[in-house]
Amino acid sequence: MAWALNNDRPIYLQLMERIQTDIVSGKYKPGEKLPSVRELALDAAVNPNTMQKALSELERIGLVYSQRTSGRFITEDDTMLKELKTSLAHEHIIEFLKKMKQLGFQESEMLELIEHTLKEGK
Amino acid sequence: MEPILDCQNLSKKYGNFFALSNLTLSLEKGQIVGLLGPNGSGKTTLIKLINGLLTPTSGHVLINQMDPCTQTKKIVSYLPEREYLNTRMRVKEIISYFDDFYDNFDMHRAYKMLEKLQINPSARLRTLSKGTKEKVQLILVMSRDADLYVLDEPIGGVDPAARDYILNTIITNYNENATILISTHLISDIENILDRAVFIQNGNLVLNESVDDVRMKYGKSVDALFREVFQC
Repeated sequence: MAWALNNDRPIYLQLMERIQTDIVSGKYKPGEKLPSVRELALDAAVNPNTMQKALSELERIGLVYSQRTSGRFITEDDTMLKELKTSLAHEHIIEFLKKMKQLGFQESEMLELIEHTLKEGK
Repeated sequence: MEPILDCQNLSKKYGNFFALSNLTLSLEKGQIVGLLGPNGSGKTTLIKLINGLLTPTSGHVLINQMDPCTQTKKIVSYLPEREYLNTRMRVKEIISYFDDFYDNFDMHRAYKMLEKLQINPSARLRTLSKGTKEKVQLILVMSRDADLYVLDEPIGGVDPAARDYILNTIITNYNENATILISTHLISDIENILDRAVFIQNGNLVLNESVDDVRMKYGKSVDALFREVFQC
């Protein structure tokens, strides 16, 4: 099944985000080997060069590292993984706040609603 | 690195009509390129020039630094827009015909794809549906180890499920140094597997950019940009 990608943003960025989410959610464990570029490209149904670019970027920011002939691995740096988790959460919250503002809610009302929803258990 | 395809000031005139005018385009090795344009924009003319089926009115087209000739036909795998095979032949006869004809044909790969798409190798071509015939032609073309694949409307008549499989085989089979030029109208279906989009309009090149650069610059997909540029 191809990965769900949207139409208006660069593909490699979306691939990066998807892999980052997979790392945070534990699909790939710290220190674990990533599938090859071609396998990932096939799974996502994207151009292998684009997948290559996404992985190079992840490597550049230090989230994955490559070991000469044996492939790419997830970092074992706990601080970094925690930071990634927080920054992904932050992005979701910003997105959420934007939508709530569009619906016309004030910040206090938003908090109230969130607390209410949490209490009801979803 | 030398480009695999190099068109310099390429023009083709039919009577007084310029099907291609002064087109300069060079493609590097190792990418998948979408050749996109409305009907009558010159896509097929360009493809026929690449394959030596037409001669330029002016300018030149080079494949791996050679004019189109017997040598270039060995390294170019071409899918024409129309049926060209003898429809009385059986699929397996056509496969051995291709195997005889092309040094770089991989029979094993062809049979594997036939099996996956559930096409009976013993069937005569004329008994197959339009879409299945298209699949057979594409299998033949993709089973060669070519440097340049030129596919003229490869997925038009094929159902969406088989389309996915075909795009999959394109991603799996092409080696990192091969270039694939695909002309199509079904942009959104192939956009994710393209490196680069080339737009032509009235025989002129109007855009030659990587898919992600298009998205970055215009904030929209190649498909959306196409609809905007070529709005009727």
